[in-house]
Amino acid sequence: MRRFTWFNAISLTFGFAFLYIPMVILVIYSFNASKLVTVWAGFSTKWYGELLSNQAFIDAAWVTLKVAVISSTVATILGTMAAFVLVRSGRFFGRTLFSGMIYAPLVMPEVITGLSLLLLFIAIGLDRGVFTIVLAHATFSMCFVSVVVSSRMASFDRSLEEAAYDLGCTGFDAFKSVTLPIIAPAVISGWLLAFTLSLDDLVIASFTAGPSATTLPIKIFSSVRLGVSPEINALSTIIIALVTMGVVAASLASKRAIVRQHREEQLADK
Amino acid sequence: MVNDTAFAPWDDPQAKPLIRFDGVTKTFGNFTAIDDIDLTIYPKEFFALLGPSGCGKTTLMRMLAGFEETTKGTITIDGQNMAGVPANKRAVNMMFQSYALFPHLSVADNLAFGLKRSDMPKSEIQGRVDEMLRLVQLQKFAKRKPHQLSGGQKQRVALARALAKAPKLLLLDEPLGALDKKLRQETQFELMDIQEKTGTTFVIVTHDQEEAMTVASRIAVMDNGKIIQVDTPDRIYEVPNSVYVADFIGDVNTIEGTVSAISGENAELTWGDDTPALRATTSADLTVGNSAAFVIRPEKVAISTTEPDRHNRVQGAVEDIAYLGNLSTYFVRLPNGTLIKAQTANDRRLSQRSITWEDPVWLSWSDTAGIVLRG
Amino acid sequence: MSRRLLVLIPYLWLTALFLVPFIIVLKISLSDYAISIPPYTPQLDIAGGWAAVKDFFTALDLENYWFLTEDDLYWKAYLSSLQIAALSTLFTLIVAFPIAYGMANAPDHWRPTLLMLVILPFWTSFLIRIYAWIGILSNDGFLNQLLQWIGLTSEPLTILNTNVAVYIGIVYAYLPFMVLPIYSTLEKLDGSLLEAAQDLGCSRTSAFWLVTVRLAKPGIIAGCFLVFIPALGEFVIPSLLGGSDTLMIGKVLWEEFFSNRDWPVASAVAIILLILLIVPIVLFQRNEQAQREADQ
Repeated sequence: MRRFTWFNAISLTFGFAFLYIPMVILVIYSFNASKLVTVWAGFSTKWYGELLSNQAFIDAAWVTLKVAVISSTVATILGTMAAFVLVRSGRFFGRTLFSGMIYAPLVMPEVITGLSLLLLFIAIGLDRGVFTIVLAHATFSMCFVSVVVSSRMASFDRSLEEAAYDLGCTGFDAFKSVTLPIIAPAVISGWLLAFTLSLDDLVIASFTAGPSATTLPIKIFSSVRLGVSPEINALSTIIIALVTMGVVAASLASKRAIVRQHREEQLADK
Repeated sequence: MVNDTAFAPWDDPQAKPLIRFDGVTKTFGNFTAIDDIDLTIYPKEFFALLGPSGCGKTTLMRMLAGFEETTKGTITIDGQNMAGVPANKRAVNMMFQSYALFPHLSVADNLAFGLKRSDMPKSEIQGRVDEMLRLVQLQKFAKRKPHQLSGGQKQRVALARALAKAPKLLLLDEPLGALDKKLRQETQFELMDIQEKTGTTFVIVTHDQEEAMTVASRIAVMDNGKIIQVDTPDRIYEVPNSVYVADFIGDVNTIEGTVSAISGENAELTWGDDTPALRATTSADLTVGNSAAFVIRPEKVAISTTEPDRHNRVQGAVEDIAYLGNLSTYFVRLPNGTLIKAQTANDRRLSQRSITWEDPVWLSWSDTAGIVLRG
Repeated sequence: MSRRLLVLIPYLWLTALFLVPFIIVLKISLSDYAISIPPYTPQLDIAGGWAAVKDFFTALDLENYWFLTEDDLYWKAYLSSLQIAALSTLFTLIVAFPIAYGMANAPDHWRPTLLMLVILPFWTSFLIRIYAWIGILSNDGFLNQLLQWIGLTSEPLTILNTNVAVYIGIVYAYLPFMVLPIYSTLEKLDGSLLEAAQDLGCSRTSAFWLVTVRLAKPGIIAGCFLVFIPALGEFVIPSLLGGSDTLMIGKVLWEEFFSNRDWPVASAVAIILLILLIVPIVLFQRNEQAQREADQ
């Protein structure tokens, strides 16, 4: 049985304090009555009110959400296909190039990805807007999805699919009724990852968004450049709250699933 | 008659023990792992700590290695009180159950690891490493990394590494647990051989009674943090001091009853209503009327189809036969419901043997085959 | 048929939206700046036939790259990016190792929670986490208020808009990327190895260096690359926390493109950044490969 030693307890306390104190301050000062972000002047929720009545932010949030949902869905479909190709297709023409194109965007600086896509859109004369952001996000997110899904697929027991064929499934049938349910957790986490990456992205969106479409990160960036503002604190608080609820709910759900599985296995052993 | 040349320092009052436990207790929170143990181990012994998991044998060994402090009592090694001496300052080395070979170091570097931290001059280290490689016959594998070795080879590297510093005491924590049966048997003899060659005192922890019987000069049988019996393997097997020991080592038939007569080492035990009293030997402190247990090994029970001419005999019917190839065990049900196991060596081919299921048979044994223990 | 389609769809998608754009960047980096729309020349005119294509290729040259070597702004920016990325990687390692070590040695039932606490910031907006530091590091920010309250300084320290702020930002933003790989190697560490080292004569400290740190090396290396590679091309952190004299190549590229509208030079800057990244990326891949083989 391991216990906390003093050293470990202290290093964890300092480490997590470093990670969380900035966010806690952000949240606390979103309820500050003063316009000055660093001086406390009493509790107030007025910045939330101002934020929600700021049409530019609402519009940007709407665009961001739309882009994130569409692009992560496209990225999940393409990424899952790519994962299949990576794990299942033996050799084919250009395989090295293919896996290179999957892995390169993971390490490519965002400024370069953004620049190159922008230059492409200009070269083919595509008007920049929601559509181009979706294309850009789907492209770099699909690489993350395919990495997540392919690591799950690599441990997938092929004989399960063979059993499905043996019991009369066609190829698509076997995929739908056996493969997909088993890799579903990886596909879902791939989608969540793609969704988060899209919500979060500033650089690529800045390159590929035209004047007609502004996402929330672009909006935040341009106002933050002018300095801290309590409205941004309020917005940050909302985002942090949503993310925290999501992550905690997801980890509780997975914990409960593990506990349930454990209990069922114990019952089965009896 | 005592054979003077036999290795039995524990019978010699002049012999100086290497290790001495005096009233050693170890607790973890509310849990008592070791409960007031006294124990002496002599130089050059191959001493086995035997018991089921959780009996405290590993804790006892880790206290020798210096990974656990005693809660009460003292441990002395070679006359030195070990209290407060850390593991790296003890002339004790350990062979770990998981082998604990450093995965990033080659075999030779693993062997040299401890030497580099000793007083040994650099120039001599290589020679010592070669010597150890020869001892465990791994000369060809000096440059390999642990993950390129088989289980048996890893086991030998771990042994050689622990022996490299020529410790006064070598501790072996389930050293053969990870090997398959055949390899385990071969390795047991190798271990004994190496122990003899190096003259090091070995203390081995094991839950495998056959292993302990094979390798050890003496065995301590442990249960619940206490030592139940310390004795040579043959005495542990033939003269267990309790039903627990008898039951833990090998297979045994146990019959509960009451002492009806006792004179010196001979005892009689009545049991059941219409069965004759059993004769056996005893060394326990018993008087007539005490409840006691009669224990006898299956191989000491003879089975026959005709009535034998022995005092201890019972009649029953064969219920089951376990055929093991070299041996067969007959499970015989007595009329009063007791099940007795009788084991015979299969010195004839199967087709020629006469006893089969449901046959009425006689079981018998000599007056000294079984022993009576406190119930 | 369907199998071929399965390969073809993602393949074509990536070719069109990753490979082709990259080739375009490469091509524009060899073109010349021009005041036109788009602002570079030559333009490929396929309608002009073979002669036009030939003209197009002869008009490409390395002029922008020469320009990058002549103007010391660029090579200073590359050097300073390398320095900032390398130093902040080191700082991240120093901060992350005790956290990873503490997590790996925490009681079993604590570990899932600690792991979640490390991952949680990763799901939160990067931009917001960097923004949080503006309020802390500014002259009248919380850090200065704290330092003055303790009495360590009487004058506010200028931290925001300096390289120090950039270091803090990078360490903060990329900490989980360093903690997680180190944690995963430390968690696998067999405790009996440490005992074996002590049994063979090591003190606790030397056992820590010889065994724990040595065996965590693959995780440390992986973590360092996971921080160094994105930090090198970082844009958000230097532009929000750095000063006007903070030279980082991601920021230079952005300004070259958006402010100067010099697409050919921006493209050349991008290509050189990629070349700089190839070495660490290849080393990173090697480390991962070696780690996979060791795990088998």
